[in-house]
This record gives sequence, structure tokens and C-alpha cells, in this order.
Amino acid sequence: MVTVTDSTQRRTPKAAKTTSVFKKAVMAISGIVLVLYLIAHMIGNLKAFAGADEFNHYSEWLRTIGNPALPGATALWLIRIVLLVAVVAHIWAAVSLWRQARNARPERYVTKKAVAQSYASRTMRWGGVIILAFVIFHILDLTLGAVNSEGRDGEPFDRMLASFQNPVVTIFYAISVILVGMHLRHGIWSATQTLGQSNRRREVTVNYAATAIATVLTIGFLLTPFSILFGLID
Amino acid sequence: MALELFTEGDPIADTKAPMDVPIGERWSERKFRGRLVNPANRRKLTVIVVGTGLAGGSAAATLGEAGYNVKSFWYQDSPRRAHSVAAQGGINAAKNYRNDGDSVHRLFYDTVKGGDFRARENNVHRLAEVSVNIIDQAVAQGVPFAREYGGLLDNRSFGGTQVSRTFYARGQTGQQLLYGAYQALERQIAAGTVEQNARTEMLDLIIVDGRARGIVARDLVTGEISTHFADAVVIASGGYSNVFYLSTNAKGSNTTAIWRAHKRGAYFANPCYTQIHPTCIPVKGDYQSKLTLMSESLRNDGRVWVPKERGDDRPANDIPEAERDYYLERLYPAFGNLVPRDIASRQAKNVCDEGRGVGPGGLGVYLDFAEAIQRLGRPAVEAKYGNLFDMYAQITGEDPYATPMRIFPAVHYTMGGLWVDYDLQSTIPGMFVIGEANFSDQGANRLGASALMQGLADGYFVLPSTISSYLADGPFDKVDDSHPAAVEAMRGVQEQTQKLLSINGTRTPASFHRELGQLMWDFCGMERTDEGLRKAIDRIREIRQEFWSNVKVSGDWHSFNQTLEHAGRVADFIELGELMCVDALHRRESCGGHFRAESQTPEGEALRDDENFAYVAAWEWTPEGQPPVLHKEDLNYEYVHLAQRSYK
Amino acid sequence: MRSSVGDTGTGPEKRGMNLTLRVWRQQGPTVKGKMVTYKVTDISPDMSFLEMLDVLNEQLIMQGDDPVAFDHDCREGICGMCGVVINGEAHGPQQTTTCQLHMRSFKDGDSIDIEPWRASAFPIIKDLAVDRRALDRIIQAGGYISVPTGTAPEAHATPVPKKDADNAFDAATCIGCGACVAACPNASSMLFTAAKVTHLGLLPQGQPERNDRVVNMVAQQDREGFGGCTNIGECSAACPKGISMETISRLNHDLLGALRAGARPKS
Ligand SMILES: Cc1cc2nc3c(=O)[nH]c(=O)nc-3n(C[C@H](O)[C@H](O)[C@H](O)COP(=O)(O)OP(=O)(O)OC[C@H]3O[C@@H](n4cnc5c(N)ncnc54)[C@H](O)[C@@H]3O)c2cc1C
Ligand code: HEM
Ligand code: HEM
Ligand code: SF4
Ligand code: F3S
Ligand code: FES
Repeated sequence: MVTVTDSTQRRTPKAAKTTSVFKKAVMAISGIVLVLYLIAHMIGNLKAFAGADEFNHYSEWLRTIGNPALPGATALWLIRIVLLVAVVAHIWAAVSLWRQARNARPERYVTKKAVAQSYASRTMRWGGVIILAFVIFHILDLTLGAVNSEGRDGEPFDRMLASFQNPVVTIFYAISVILVGMHLRHGIWSATQTLGQSNRRREVTVNYAATAIATVLTIGFLLTPFSILFGLID
Repeated sequence: MALELFTEGDPIADTKAPMDVPIGERWSERKFRGRLVNPANRRKLTVIVVGTGLAGGSAAATLGEAGYNVKSFWYQDSPRRAHSVAAQGGINAAKNYRNDGDSVHRLFYDTVKGGDFRARENNVHRLAEVSVNIIDQAVAQGVPFAREYGGLLDNRSFGGTQVSRTFYARGQTGQQLLYGAYQALERQIAAGTVEQNARTEMLDLIIVDGRARGIVARDLVTGEISTHFADAVVIASGGYSNVFYLSTNAKGSNTTAIWRAHKRGAYFANPCYTQIHPTCIPVKGDYQSKLTLMSESLRNDGRVWVPKERGDDRPANDIPEAERDYYLERLYPAFGNLVPRDIASRQAKNVCDEGRGVGPGGLGVYLDFAEAIQRLGRPAVEAKYGNLFDMYAQITGEDPYATPMRIFPAVHYTMGGLWVDYDLQSTIPGMFVIGEANFSDQGANRLGASALMQGLADGYFVLPSTISSYLADGPFDKVDDSHPAAVEAMRGVQEQTQKLLSINGTRTPASFHRELGQLMWDFCGMERTDEGLRKAIDRIREIRQEFWSNVKVSGDWHSFNQTLEHAGRVADFIELGELMCVDALHRRESCGGHFRAESQTPEGEALRDDENFAYVAAWEWTPEGQPPVLHKEDLNYEYVHLAQRSYK
Repeated sequence: MRSSVGDTGTGPEKRGMNLTLRVWRQQGPTVKGKMVTYKVTDISPDMSFLEMLDVLNEQLIMQGDDPVAFDHDCREGICGMCGVVINGEAHGPQQTTTCQLHMRSFKDGDSIDIEPWRASAFPIIKDLAVDRRALDRIIQAGGYISVPTGTAPEAHATPVPKKDADNAFDAATCIGCGACVAACPNASSMLFTAAKVTHLGLLPQGQPERNDRVVNMVAQQDREGFGGCTNIGECSAACPKGISMETISRLNHDLLGALRAGARPKS
């Protein structure tokens, strides 16, 4: 008896789309979208070094891209929607894989040692949660100004100064940004693996690239707040 | 000859091979004359297959594919763990890819000669014919055999032959071939043609109206003892080397399936033929539970030696070239280090007996790769044998790249097993025996790389063809567990189980097993004598008595109880051990792996006695207290002429 | 591969290690288990880990106690039957099977924790023995090449580049021990599945079923209740056969390709 294996005859059961690998792919692709955003965001932030006007202009420009062809802040909203979708998808995949893992090992080991696991890979989940908390705070702080002393109506540049002149906020930012860096150090490598693009030959390259991107982003993001804290920008 | 040890019954003969056609046509002729079962009827027929090694796995998969209902049994958790997985070296096939003069006839010839003229010509010829199909089948299944840069299959030579016909997958040939069969089996399980019974041990055979119709088995997890019925029963339970306690077999390898079938009437052929493998890692201490083989392929490049002087205990590398004795190269210039296993083993024993052995207790000889490393370079040696070297290092804590390996012979394979005819049917109608469990095509010795060949030949190609002749008479009357034969078999198993648990003595099953094994190794091992065998038989009888009055098995039988499993197996090994000694005692000749000290040439080589012993000894079980009955099957050599083997 | 090449070879039998073992004891799949402490004495550094457990068990049987159930068969590192977590590491401190771990990896006076593989897809049978048949069911879902006996073409009809054959072999050496699952923080069987997908996917014979194979095997491992892989890499570090992380990338690649090509798992 020959088992017939003809893929065209089969319907797609619901489970098919949500295999663990599929979830991982969602996580990887949404993660990459977020990485691309972060690269752009970092470059944008560095405009702080060009002075308040330049920076505020940039912020203004963000809200008027494509004007007048596009009305108002369409482009910005488009970006925000993409980001939101990416974040939601990313978190959905993360949470559902997390749950799957918990169910897969209900009884814990009494003694368990990590052999190969890097610190970065171990902190992906709780790190992710902290990053999420940070992003929420960050939006309340700098985009909405809700938790910012300059308030909702301040110029973006002033809000930023207000935040980062406060060492506590700066430290919180710094910790979060370092966490993001670690998340990406593992995440970029992991995404390559998830999308089936790594192999023994590329391994070294992928690892270098992941470290490089993560380091550049971390330093790039840290530059602005610390420069403000230490008065290099004012 | 000691009459009290056995009696002689009627001769026995194989009636299935069509002797009226030349040997090269017998297998096709047999298939042609055999009856077929049409595909629609196959669905109405059920076959039990015990064992999922190369033989059982391939048979169950093939029968399932053919449309029979198959019930498959094994004692491990997964079929992939059958001990075939451990075979390292390779598998022979008469493909002649090397253009070095190989042919079906030469493989046939080599195997008959390698078996020291104690195998059946018809079976061996068929084996050689089928060998080529095995390679095709395995390659199509995705078995990753070693290949050359041109993309074609690589071959190597193996002990006892002068052509390169051995196909291999690094040092894991058995593993890869088994996974091929295992995957085919899993495919059939998924397709619903094969019912799986993991961790289920066969404990008895059920015979109804003279036909094998089922088995009694114990679920090792729940402890439940149950009956299973079919139109035919195939046993593929592997070899019984563990009768020696220390062997290269898996810890669970047992004789139980075939021994209980033997007690139900199947003849046991040539039980004393055991193969001692020359290249194993020597024993370390009395806690040792298992011996590990280093593939024979190592002898392709490694050179075997011991110091010329006895008691020379300098480290190997300090012994100068001139003071080393490369004894195999010296004694057998034509074959050198590649002489057959029985010869290599016995010579190792001889040099150790002379006091020239190396390592702890003087039980070891060197297998030296220094020259190969120099000639080929370390990377080439690593590529060929890396995993074996790693294994050696892991077990011994020594680095074989720096100092020579130490090796010593160990029991490895049992050529004996249940008697079967050309159709692989035992003396019980409806019970077929395949793979190492039958007395096989190996004669008194097995050449390397021929057991894998036999297991797969039996399972893929031979049994599926021959069993249809038998099944064509079926389906037979339905039987269920209320049948008196089933009730009786079930009760027998329950009683024995209960008995084992109730003795509550002072010795563990393992301690009996160890004692039996040592006895077998000392007196029924590499060299056997009349006196030693008699001593062994007496002692085995005592051990048996003590076992049944003093064994301690903890726990109960309604749960996972590994001590109980072991106890049942040891009980059977003790009985088998006695029969092996009786068989060894009655065969007053040396042949292949069976070396009787009383029968040797002046140079100390095995001396066969074709006049008196060119037969298969098929033993019939008799009730308690009566000696077993010997049935002889005469062996006739039409195509390979009887000659003393010479590997000089 | 890490391996322990020391200089403990020749010389008379050495013994003398005394150890404290903390062993997971659990009567059955649904009963609660706990760690129980035992002492073993006079252990030789040349013993395998399982031989050390044999010593413990002989002791327990003679005391009339229930011996510790643990799986093993070949005791030469190839059947994949043995496997326990030793001091938090699958198969213990060496990258090998439990049966090939030798006591020379420990010191006199050591305390050793021994636990079973823990995964809901591997229910505990008793003590250290678990039921790993889930792995077989993953193979059943597609880990094979459909070639009925007797239908095979001549073996040399399809040459296979040596590199592919060698890489396929590397992946094919997986012994199905389940250490990858035991070691993975997600209890994922990804490395096991990836090894088979890679083995068959690299060979020309494996191509016709390649898409269906990967889709079905992955669906099955999810169905069995294994965790998803998040590329942590503990599996490969614990794997006694050194199956590489590259196989997982290859599986992912094949799976995404297969889904794009429309392959869907059988339900
Ligand atoms: C270390 C080693 C290396 C070897 N190397 C080579 C080599 O290089 N080339 C070669 O040709 N041969 C080699 N051999 C020999 C060869 O591997 C075996 O003879 C052959 O694999 C036996 O296959 P089998 O199918 O008969 O039995 P096995 O593979 O032993 O299978 C036995 C099966 O029966 C089941 N079983 C056993 N008892 C019971 C029971 N009571 N109830 C239910 N199920 C039961 C087991 O679960 C298992 O599935 C080697 C053997 C060893 C030990
Ligand atoms: C919002 C909060 C976030 C959470 C909760 C979160 C969580 C996770 C988790 C659990 C993983 C999987 C970890 C693993 O593979 O082991 C992951 C992977 C990843 N994350 Fe995040 N993350 C968050 C934000 C981000 C951000 C902001 C980025 C990028 C800028 C990002 C990029 C990535 C990438 C690239 C991966 C790798 C995907 C893969 O493994 O295939 N994540 N994230
Ligand atoms: C520490 C360095 C950072 C600085 C100085 C910084 C600065 C800013 C500023 C000024 C804004 C407001 C822009 C505007 O409204 O015009 C902003 C928005 C935002 N930042 Fe950052 N940011 C930093 C790090 C990060 C990190 C690490 C993340 C993500 C993990 C992030 C995610 C966002 C998001 C999502 C928005 C909202 C975008 C929008 O929808 O308008 N930022 N950031
Ligand atoms: S991949 Fe490695 S660890 Fe996992 S089952 Fe296979 S051999 Fe064991
Ligand atoms: S450890 Fe687990 S997460 Fe993936 S890489 Fe290995 S299966
Ligand atoms: S017992 Fe077979 S791998 Fe350890």
C-alpha cells in the first residue's frame, strides 16, 4: 500500500497556519520590521545633535510627509499602523509560544543547568516584557507628553531635554535600550535562523552582523540621552 | 558418548528447495512454485511479527505494504532501538562495483567457505542473489551509504574476503540500515496496516491444531499479560549472545522468544555455534555490564601485535619495532590482519595464554594505527574511523591516536538458532523465524558484514515471498483467548511470573546471570573441551536449581518491573546454556567458531571432521528430566567443494 | 564534541569513589514524584554511569527496596534508549549518551542529581523511564521515503554528490534519544525533527515528498505537545550526536517554502 502524499488534494486545516514555526516566522518578520523602524528612529534621534530647530523640524516633517498630496499626518499614521500591527503580531507570537512552552513542560526540573544558552537568549521573554513597558512609558513621555514635565504642548526637543536631564529617567532609558540591544543581538540571529537563512557557512557572518547592528543601535540610542544628561546638548 | 545427555532421533531434511534445478535457479523456481495470496484476501490474514530489527522491521513493513494485517512486537520503546542499530562495519552485496572479480557466485562461495562448510548451500546462494536488491532498496529509502567523489557508492573490504564488496555508512551501517527499515515500518503503522506493540515481550507461543496461531506477551509498562492471535507467527528476536552475560549484545537481547517456542516444539539448531569477535574493548572490572565492539573494519588499517617477550610491560610506544610480534601477518601472510574472526580471536587468545597479552590481567592485544596515520595522515584516519576512535577514548579514557588501542575477543553473534527450512519455516507449521534468531545461513562462523545482509534478505525479500505459500491455506479458524491452548499458555506464563516473584531468595537475577556467563565463557567460549563442557553442564544444573529456589525479584508484576523482566530472561538463558554445552560436547570436531581442543591440526588450526559431522544438529526439547533429542540434517556440498579452510 | 581523554587507562582496577545520589522516584505517570537520597560507595572511575546505577539497584534489591527504573539497552551509545538529566544536564556533563558517560567525570564525594527527561510529550513511566513514542509518531507523519519493497531502481542510477551524502549522514546519525527535548527550555523536539528533515531533504530520493514531509512532521510535533523552538541552542549542545543548529534553519527554510508552495498538513 502506498501512502498518497499529494499536497494539492488536501484542504488547509486551521491548525496548519499556526504551527510553531509559523508563529516564529511571524515573530521574525514583525521583529525585522521593528528593527528597520529602530534604525530609522535612531538616525532621527541623532538629529538632536544638530540642535533644537533641526530636531523639531524633523518631528514636524514626520507629520507632514507627502503633504500636500497626502492630507495631514497620513504617512506617520501609516507608519504607526505598520508598527502597531508588527508589535501586536510580535507579542501574539511571543505569548503563544511562551504558553506552548509552559504546557510542554509542566513539571520543572529540580536542577537545571544552561549549557549553550546566552544571556541574551535567556532574557528574550522577560526582556521583551520590559521593552514593552518601556515603549508604553516612552510614548506617554515623548510622543504624547502625558508623563512629561513639558506636557503635551511642549516642543519635542524640549520634552526630550526635560526627560533626559532627569538622571532617573535617563538611567531607565539606558537600561531599556541595553535590553533592546540584547534582544536584538539574539533576535537578529534568531530571525535569520527562523527564516531558514542561516547555515554553517554564514553562521559567523550572521553573528557578526547581529552583534554589529545591535551595538550600533544601542550606542546610537544612548548617545542622545547621555549627551543631554551631561549637557552636551541643550 | 554420554547417553544420559541426549538421544538421537530421526534425521530431518529441508523439503522446500527445488533440488531438481541448478542452484542458481532454485530461488526463482521456489517463488514460482509457491502459492500466492491475492491482494483482496491478504486483508483477511493476520501475521504476528516479533522483533523490529533488520529482519523483523523489514518483514513487518513489507508484509504491511503487501496488504496483510501485521501485529508487530518489540521490547524497547521504539522499533528504532532494536540491536541491529549497533552494527558498525557494513553489509556485503555482490554488486561488483569495484570490478574486482566479485559475483553472486563468489559471494556464495566465500560465505559457504567462511561458514566452514556448516551452512546450507541453497540458503547461502539465495542470500548472495538477493544481496544486490538490498542495496538498491536501502539507497532508495535514503540510507546514506558512504560515497566517493564521483557520487557513486563506496566499498571496503572486510575480514575473510579478498574483494571489496562491503557497503558502509561510516561506522554506523547497522544504524542507518535499521532506520531505513524503521521508517518503512512507521510508514505502515501510519497507514494502519501494522499494529504496534511497543515494550511488549513475547513470553510464549500458542499452538492450535498443530499450527502456530498466536503468542502470549507481557506489556512491560502495565505488566498486563495478554494473548494475541494471527494466521502465522514470525519470530525475529535476534541473537542470544547474552547467555555469556558479557557480550556485544544489548542488555535486553534475550533468548526468551525462541526458547519458549523451542519448548513448544521448534527445533533448535547448532546452539553452540557462537561467534567471538576479535576486536572488542577489553574487560575493565567485575562491575562491567557490557562489552563494546570496535568495528572489524579497523583491521583494514590497524596492525595487530603483542610484544615478542612474555611479561614485557613497557608502554606500547616504548617497545621497539624489532621486539613486536605482528602475529597475524606472520602466521597468515595472504590475509594478514584480515583473517576471519574465529581465527583472529583464537590467535589473540593463544598469545595471551602464552603470557604475551597486554593491559590489565594480560587479556588484550594491540591494534596499532601508527603506521596508518603515518601513511594516510591523521585526517584520513579520522574521516574513516573517527567515531570509533572517539568511542574508544570515551570508554577507556585513552587516546587511540597516540597509543595503540587494546582489544580482546568478545562474544558477538550466535550462528545457532531455531531450525528453519528453505521457506524459513520452523518445525512448527505457521511459525517462521528470520534474522539472527534462526540458525541462519552462516554455518559455523559468520563472515563480517553478512548478518545485516541476511536480516534484510530474510525480511524484505525471502519471508514475504515464502510465507504466502503457507497463508494461501488461510485464513484459519478464528481463535480467541478462551481456546484451551491459549488458556493453558496464559496460565503457564502467569504461574512462572508468580513463581519468580514469590521465591524471595538472597541472590539477584544479575548475579545468576553473571555466574552463568562466566561459566559459559570459560567452558563453552573460544576453546571447548570434553572435560570442561561436562563440568559446565553439571554446574549449570546446579545454578538452575539454585535460581529457582534462591532468586530475589522485588516488586510485583502489575507494573514496570525491570528486575522481573531480567529474571525471566535469565531463567531461559540457564536452560539454553545447558543445551549449548550439550551441543558443543557432542560435536567432537572443530569448525568455525566452535573450537574443540581435541580436534586441531599440528599447527593448532581448527580441524573439521566432515566424515562424521557434516550435518546441522537440530535439537528437540523434551519434558523435564528427559535428555534432548538430536535430529541431524545432512549437509551436502554440490557446488563448493569441501576443503579445509586455509587463510595462510 | 567534548570528550574525556585522560590518562586513566591501564593499571589495576581502581575503585573507591563515594557518592551521594539524589534520584527522582515516581511510581507512575499520574503519581507525584520526589527526589530521594541514596549513597553509593566504592565506585570505580572506569564504570559507566549506568553501571553505577546497577550497583545502586543491586543494593536496593537486596535491601528489599524497589530498584530505580531507568531505560537502557545497547550501552554503547547508539540505541538512544538511555537518557537522564544529571545535575541539570541532559546525559550529564559530557556531550555523550548516559551509557557512555563514565564515572571519571565525577569526583569522590560528589553529590549527583538524577532526573528523568521532563516534557509533557514524554510522560513518565516510572522513576527515570519515560515514554518517548511521540518521536515515533513524528516519524510516522512523514519521516520516510515511500518506497515499497522491490520497487527500487539500481542503486547507481542516481549518483549523490559526496558532500550531500556526508551531510545527510551527519543528520541521519540522530539516535532519537530525546536529549534535545530534555535540554530545551521550551521542551521542543525541533532538533530531532530537523535532523530527519535534513537527512532526507538532502538526498535526491527524498525530493518528491520533501514539502509534505516537513509540513506534516512539524504539525505532528505541535500536536504531540512539544514546545516551539525559539532558537536557544541548548538542544544541539546536549545532543550526543552533535546534530547542528543548521538543521533547524534548514527545516524552517523547507517549511516556509512548502507552505508557500501550498503544502498543508494532513489533519
Ligand atoms: C555490536 C555489533 C556489531 C555488528 N556489526 C555487524 C556488521 O558490521 N555487519 C553485519 O552484517 N552484522 C553485524 N552484526 C550482527 C548483526 O547486527 C545482527 O546479527 C543483526 O542485526 C540481527 O538482526 P535481527 O533483526 O535478527 O535482530 P535484532 O536487531 O537484535 O532485533 C531483535 C528484535 O526483537 C525484539 N525482541 C527480542 N526479544 C523479544 C521478545 N522476547 N519479545 C518481543 N520482542 C523481542 C527486539 O525488541 C528487537 O526489536 C553486529 C552485531 C553487533 C552486536
Ligand atoms: C514589545 C515588546 C517585545 C516583546 C514582548 C518581545 C518578545 C520577543 C520574544 C519572546 C522573542 C522570541 C525570543 C526567542 O527567539 O527566543 C522575540 C524575538 C524577536 N524580537 Fe522581540 N519582543 C518585543 C519587542 C521587540 C522589538 C521592539 C524588536 C525590534 C526592534 C524586536 C525584535 C525581535 C526580533 C528580530 C526577534 C527574533 C525573531 C525570531 O526569533 O525569529 N522585538 N521577541
Ligand atoms: C533612548 C533613546 C530614544 C530617544 C531619545 C527617543 C526619542 C523619541 C522621541 C523624541 C519620540 C517622539 C517623536 C515625535 O513624536 O515626533 C519617540 C517616539 C517613539 N519612540 Fe523613541 N526614542 C528612543 C528610544 C526608543 C526605543 C528603544 C524604542 C523602541 C523599542 C522607541 C520607540 C518609539 C516609538 C514606538 C515612538 C512613537 C512613534 C510614533 O508613533 O510617533 N524609542 N522617540
Ligand atoms: S537530535 Fe540529538 S539529542 Fe535529539 S534525539 Fe537526536 S540524537 Fe538525541
Ligand atoms: S534548545 Fe530549544 S528553542 Fe530550539 S534551538 Fe534547541 S529546540
Ligand atoms: S543504552 Fe543505548 S544509547 Fe545508551
